[in-house]
Amino acid sequence: MSSSTPTRWTDGSMHKRVRRRYAAERRFRAFGFAAVAISVLFLAFLLFSMGSKGLGGFVQYQAALPIDFAKSSLFLDPATLRGPDAAQTVAGADLETAISQAATAAYGSDAAEMFGDAAVNVLTRQIVADPNILTGTPTLWLPVGSKVDVAAKHDADAPSEHLVNLLRSRHALRAAFNMEFLTQSDSTDPSAVGVWGALKGTFLTILVTIGLAFPVGVLAAVYLEEFAARNRWTDAIEVSINNLAAVPSIIFGLLGLAVFLNVMNLPRSAPLVGGLTLALMTMPVIVIAGRNAIKTVPPSIRDAALGVGASKMQVVFHHVLPLALPGILTGTIIGMARALGETAPLLMIGMRAFIAAPPTGITAPATVLPVQIFLWSDEVDRGFVEKTSAAIIVLLLFMLVMNGLAIYLRNRFERRW
Amino acid sequence: MSLGLALLAILIVAFGAGWLGFGRACRLRTAGRLHSLPSYHGAYVALWAAIPALLLLAVWAPVQSQLVDQAVLASPEGQALPTVEMQRESILSEAREIASGEREQGFNPESTTLAPRIVKEQSRFALMGGAAALLVALVAAALASRRTSADFRARTSVERWFMVVLFAASLIAILTTLGILLSLMFESLRFFSLYPATSFIFGLEWSPQTAIRADQAGSSGAFGSIPLLWGTFFIGAIIAMVVAIPLGLMSAIYLTQYAHPRVRAWLKPILEILAGVPTVVYGYFAALTVAPMVRSLGLALGVTSASSESALAAGSVMGIMIIPFISSMADDSIAAVPQAMRDGSLAMGATKSETIRRVLLPAALPGVMGGILLAVSRAIGETMIVVMAAGLAANLTANPFASVTTVTVQIVQLLTGDQEFDSAKTLAAFALGLALFLITLLLNLIALHIVRRFQEQYE
Repeated sequence: MSSSTPTRWTDGSMHKRVRRRYAAERRFRAFGFAAVAISVLFLAFLLFSMGSKGLGGFVQYQAALPIDFAKSSLFLDPATLRGPDAAQTVAGADLETAISQAATAAYGSDAAEMFGDAAVNVLTRQIVADPNILTGTPTLWLPVGSKVDVAAKHDADAPSEHLVNLLRSRHALRAAFNMEFLTQSDSTDPSAVGVWGALKGTFLTILVTIGLAFPVGVLAAVYLEEFAARNRWTDAIEVSINNLAAVPSIIFGLLGLAVFLNVMNLPRSAPLVGGLTLALMTMPVIVIAGRNAIKTVPPSIRDAALGVGASKMQVVFHHVLPLALPGILTGTIIGMARALGETAPLLMIGMRAFIAAPPTGITAPATVLPVQIFLWSDEVDRGFVEKTSAAIIVLLLFMLVMNGLAIYLRNRFERRW
Repeated sequence: MSLGLALLAILIVAFGAGWLGFGRACRLRTAGRLHSLPSYHGAYVALWAAIPALLLLAVWAPVQSQLVDQAVLASPEGQALPTVEMQRESILSEAREIASGEREQGFNPESTTLAPRIVKEQSRFALMGGAAALLVALVAAALASRRTSADFRARTSVERWFMVVLFAASLIAILTTLGILLSLMFESLRFFSLYPATSFIFGLEWSPQTAIRADQAGSSGAFGSIPLLWGTFFIGAIIAMVVAIPLGLMSAIYLTQYAHPRVRAWLKPILEILAGVPTVVYGYFAALTVAPMVRSLGLALGVTSASSESALAAGSVMGIMIIPFISSMADDSIAAVPQAMRDGSLAMGATKSETIRRVLLPAALPGVMGGILLAVSRAIGETMIVVMAAGLAANLTANPFASVTTVTVQIVQLLTGDQEFDSAKTLAAFALGLALFLITLLLNLIALHIVRRFQEQYE
């Protein structure tokens, strides 16, 4: 030790060394910051790109259309349109031709196809609501078809562009909020599509999922955390729960297809089967969250309850479970949010069919929002681009609400012991 | 009377019996001390009224449909049916649908005449089964309520039933695992009886289009899984990880070691959002925005074969999705390193970054590795991003601008569209599923093992 020369801290080479080390420190720190920044920027880019594309989906261009119902060959008598069958009678009439004729009369032959299915839907509802318009020559604001809609929002092919300019010069074009998008279902015409059918399918599916996965998950968590003896059975259950939580979702889809559809013969494309499949997928998540929440309840609570003579079952169900519930609910909502965004397993069990009406029950054919997004993303029609992004906005809002609810529950009710 | 009605009746009986039992126990309590609370006596009676009857009903339901079929076939309408098994079955199933109100009319006129007979037989047998179940419920309830007395340990019995329910709930996890394994294996075995397993495992060519007619040339269907496994590995384990590991690890280091706690409190949840975005959104984004960018990048770099469905587009977006996953695993592992090691290094004069690189990371490495393996397993099983952004062509290439396909993409491709459940094409999806399941299972087990051993090391 004594033979070594003492370090000369004031040496020039030492200064250089220290400077180099500090520079490395700054570089490392900057690299770390860059990593976070890149991730956050990517998220911002993703949200911005979906938002900017999708907001157009909530806007609908409407054109003023003077219709002379007397000239159109509709043969609808306002007097007969009073009863409950009115909607059916109107739907049976050939409104499409009437609109097309009126458009040609007003804006020339280019305009013959400027209105699409959306205009027919709106006109049907207006006639049912007020049959008296059939007697006059009203000017109605009807949503334009996809081509004109795209042309009004962006630049598109020449004939539609010309038509848009014509409409604008006559002040016959206006933008409005697209209520159709929130109230209608799938359609082949992008101007008439809506997310309501998919949303209802999602609600029904999630309802089945939560109805099955929550009770089973909570009871399993209670059993494993409070009652299970340490033995092979318990180990096997634990291992399978931990593995199920990491199994790819598409495998659950294969399970659903093989068991629920082919063995049990449940109806295809139904929210019931979708919910069952997602319940199997979500259950392990709830069990894990539930066990963690039950673990945080301090033993003193159990001891106190046992001390005043409660049975083990009473301790758990009267004291431990209520105290653990906020934590369990938080985990459940997060699991549900994951299930809500899941697409692949539902594709496997046939929820990708074209379904133009909202489902009527849990065994009726339905689709869900993520699958609807997937289906629309496959469409070639340019009008579907903004509808897809708009549906994504709706889906993301849903996720935001659910996760926000989970955070609120956690902050509001979770106790620190 | 349908079985649903019988179910309702049993539940009403159980509820009523439980209420009566509760009342009896309450009256007993005025006389003296009870072993169990009155509510347990009530629950005991209700459980006895409901469970045996419901079990009977559950057994009866399949038996009844058999009996109905027999009775219908023996009836004059049934005798008139064609004797060919298939025709008879199709008429019967149509008639059943008419009977249950699912449809108005069948293709076969016989089914319409058969329907009323089915309804009649169904109600006859349902009445028998329902009445028997109701009788069982009443008798069981009466027997159970006789046991209500001050000394009777109703709570113990009720809790035993509860215990059974709890245990059954925890068994569902095992049943699910078994269900996955058995269904995948069963269908895979059927596939391997049509197509040799060795060609599936080692085959280099994947072209699942089988000839529709026997005399068709070409497209005989080749199910070699190697190109798919390579594509899966290339996108999920190489490209995605090249993006996710540096970004995830450095974010974790920055957030835990450098960032101000308040900044961390904001940034960490924002990063978590990346993991919460549904994969279909990533897929759409990858296909619509990232893929064209990657393609023009490839063309600018002189890669003439740059595909608009490149492995790079799908892989990089998947990598971004995985960032929070790796970041939070690394976060946990670094936090688990004892404070003394960090303090020791800093006290020796090491800078923060030196401490992190030379002390914290090596100590946390097993945990980080476990996290990375879990992330790889997740990326491999990811479906929507690759379905929407990666291609369908099974190329064996290492060019990130070329199009490759993955196991999950092919499963979706094979199982959507028209399905006949005995063709090699459909069954191949289950063989691929089995392969995917086994690979991810292996990765998860190794990862969990590493993480667990690492945790024990410092506890």
